[in-house]
Amino acid sequence: MKSLKRNLGYVWMALGPAVMVFMLWQAVDKILLARQQVTLVAGDVAKEAARSVVSNTILQWSIIIAIFLPIACGMIIFGKYAVKGEYDNLPDSSEALV
Amino acid sequence: MKSNPTKDISKVIFSSSLGTLIEWYDFYIFGSLATVISKQFFPEGQGTAALLSTLAIFAAGFIVRPFGALVFGRLGDLIGRKYTFLLTLVLMGGSTFLIGVIPGYKSIGMLAPVLVLILRLVQGLALGGEYGGAATYVAEHAPAGRRGYYTSWIQTTATFGLFVSLGVILLTKMNMSDEAFNAEWGGWRYPFWGSILLVGVSIYIRLQMKESPVFSKLKVEGKTSVNPLKESFAHKANLKMVLLALFGAVMGQGVIWYTGQFYAQSFLETKALLNFEQSRTIILWAILFATPFFVVFGALSDRFGRKWIMMLGMLLGILTYRPIYKAFLSHTNVEENLAANKDINKKIIERKQLANTGSLMVATVMQQSPNGIIFKQTSTDTIFNETSHLINPGKKVYSDKHLPSNTYWLFVLLVFVQILYVTMVYGPIAAFLVELFPTRIRYTSMSLPYHVGNGVFGGLVPFIATLITSFKGATPLSGLWYPIGVASVCFVIGSIYLSNKTQNNVHD
Repeated sequence: MKSLKRNLGYVWMALGPAVMVFMLWQAVDKILLARQQVTLVAGDVAKEAARSVVSNTILQWSIIIAIFLPIACGMIIFGKYAVKGEYDNLPDSSEALV
Repeated sequence: MKSNPTKDISKVIFSSSLGTLIEWYDFYIFGSLATVISKQFFPEGQGTAALLSTLAIFAAGFIVRPFGALVFGRLGDLIGRKYTFLLTLVLMGGSTFLIGVIPGYKSIGMLAPVLVLILRLVQGLALGGEYGGAATYVAEHAPAGRRGYYTSWIQTTATFGLFVSLGVILLTKMNMSDEAFNAEWGGWRYPFWGSILLVGVSIYIRLQMKESPVFSKLKVEGKTSVNPLKESFAHKANLKMVLLALFGAVMGQGVIWYTGQFYAQSFLETKALLNFEQSRTIILWAILFATPFFVVFGALSDRFGRKWIMMLGMLLGILTYRPIYKAFLSHTNVEENLAANKDINKKIIERKQLANTGSLMVATVMQQSPNGIIFKQTSTDTIFNETSHLINPGKKVYSDKHLPSNTYWLFVLLVFVQILYVTMVYGPIAAFLVELFPTRIRYTSMSLPYHVGNGVFGGLVPFIATLITSFKGATPLSGLWYPIGVASVCFVIGSIYLSNKTQNNVHD
């Protein structure tokens, strides 16, 4: 079990960056898609609405990336601790934590 | 006079749970009334207002909730549990009431969405601080060996808060016309106004409470933390447990919770296309039947350990979500045998003139399918001006489906099963988190993973599920891969790394 815990640590270390790459790829994809709409629609009102969708999409994805970045870092740290054997034995008492 | 321990703990549970329930109610009414709120405060076509709306929805759940966990968690570990979660209650109740009295965009312009945004952020902040305080407070009063049972009462409040919010909104809506409900000063504001009364009562009750005995002892001994944030997240020994709690338990619990209670409702309304009333009453019945199981699984976790009950809830979600949601779609399919559908009222035809090209003909009729579903069929066809012949027969749209009794109760059962999974993962989690961290930094350490797991991983279920359904080749069921994927990773981590041992001593 100890070696399984340690070896899986590499998977968790890889999962953090993988999630971030996926999120960034999706963010770029969706923002470009929204920008494309601005050039496709006709009329000032429709263009204005499409521009508003672009800024909204950028805002949504900025928030998501900003919040997922520390979580992905947390996943890498979790993996690193697992590889180092920090989770081989969990503490029995709170005194071991502070 | 000698105190009665059972009576004392009941009082502690009641006063803590009532306040937490009200906080959830306050948080949910905003979400449940999102459509009318967006019409009143964030009108379409107003670029800045739309941005503020996005901020209100996204920032309140994903950024401010974890931030509130840090701010109030720190405060709770420094000055005590009682005053901290009293403060979160005042902030939540005050901001909810104030949202209900802000004039609409029509009356005060941009000031309206700005004020609503600020108040929504305060709500998120308060919610971030409330849960950790209530769970810690009850757990530190509970006797060893019964902690799962007693803290599970706190766990019922989130679901019951949703029940009360949906119930109050439905009752208000049923007692007035749609026009009166949606008006600027209409019925949608009543649930916000009602909150001030509930909060008043709860503040009074919480003021009568005493500080947690475990924290008081620590304070008298001068052993409270000087810098809870540093001790929680900068010391490797504690940080590794925070990360384990997040990735091995709360992350999966968050997606199971949001799928069972929120995604289910949104799926019934937007994919299965049930009418407003049925898509909500199905959830209400399911919540009502399932809520007692929070206490059942909380108590069972005292006997069998927390870990495997939570893991079983996740595993069942992973294995059964797709069949359950497939059943939702197949039982509401009215397009299978179109010829067998019968008109049950007269077709209403509306003709709308287009600028140059011609006109649109919109035909609406109520129909009944062979399996008893009553639904609205709308077809929009384009008629060319010069020749007056049909040039573009539009696709028929089926909406407002009303299920017959047997299918309705089957759906209640299917949602009930999902909420049962919620009770398995959520019932024992307060005791699990409390037992993981030491008293001096407990409030801070448990609040952050809880709100990241629920606010971020859980709160993003609708957004990411919708994102996945936009991929090429996706089906309406594809969105489920997000909760299934997150719960699977969490299940593996939890099963391998967590211990099933119940930590009986929370005094250290």
